Amino acid sequence: MPETITFYLFAALAVGASVLVIGQRNPMYSVLLLIASFGALSGLYIQLDAPFVAVAQIIIYAGAIMVLFLFVVMLLNAPKEDGADWDRTHPLRQRGVTRWGTLLVALLIVQLASALMAVREYDTPVGAQSDATSVSSVADLGRSIFTRHTFAFEATSILILVAMVGAVVLARREDAQ
Amino acid sequence: MIPLSHYLILSATLFAIGAAGVFLRKNLITILLSVEIMLNAVNLTFVAFGRFAGDLDGQIITFFVMTVAAAEAAVGLALVIALFRHRESLNPDAFTSLKW
Repeated sequence: MPETITFYLFAALAVGASVLVIGQRNPMYSVLLLIASFGALSGLYIQLDAPFVAVAQIIIYAGAIMVLFLFVVMLLNAPKEDGADWDRTHPLRQRGVTRWGTLLVALLIVQLASALMAVREYDTPVGAQSDATSVSSVADLGRSIFTRHTFAFEATSILILVAMVGAVVLARREDAQ
Repeated sequence: MIPLSHYLILSATLFAIGAAGVFLRKNLITILLSVEIMLNAVNLTFVAFGRFAGDLDGQIITFFVMTVAAAEAAVGLALVIALFRHRESLNPDAFTSLKW
């Protein structure tokens, strides 16, 4: 039972924090709430016997990417979203159209959930078919990355390098030269 | 033990929240944050299916998604800074013209 309790606790935390992220007008609060959401997801990864992914989630997402977002929010110093900019006369923002769209979205969610529930195989517990030690070993993870997935790994490192150079070039002041 | 479908429904909910954020918000930074929510929802699906199948590949794909998300955040935020310098605004509606 404690497994079920922690799952629903972390799930509620992740969903609630994510809803609040898109409900905020101030991006500063959004960034901080998203860190809470990522922390909850990292707890779920631990429950899925993926401790290394959980730690990487905290270090890379909460530690690096979110700090980058925080820096930009503080640097731009334009925290508030101006609600007056909403274009109410747009044909897609009329009342009837938005209500129809909301109805369709609700229908889609119900259909997706019922389709997922209908597949019997997915109702089996996640850990029933395999041993936890087959996925939780960091040594096996590293061996797989550096043997079977070497090409993808090296391609990712080139991608990071290109992104770094691109970010420096894009964010540079044009009157600097 | 938690059924796999619970993880999938949670992941679908998070993805829907992220997609709603992209459509509803009028702030470039919040839109980028919503994209991060969607990437994380997909990561949760990968790890849950990997655990279900007893396979490490789900976790490995998650690492690649994380690094791509880091690259995306760096370039996206650099673009936001460059755009903000021109228009003093973060509203995407301010950037509708191709040239100024």
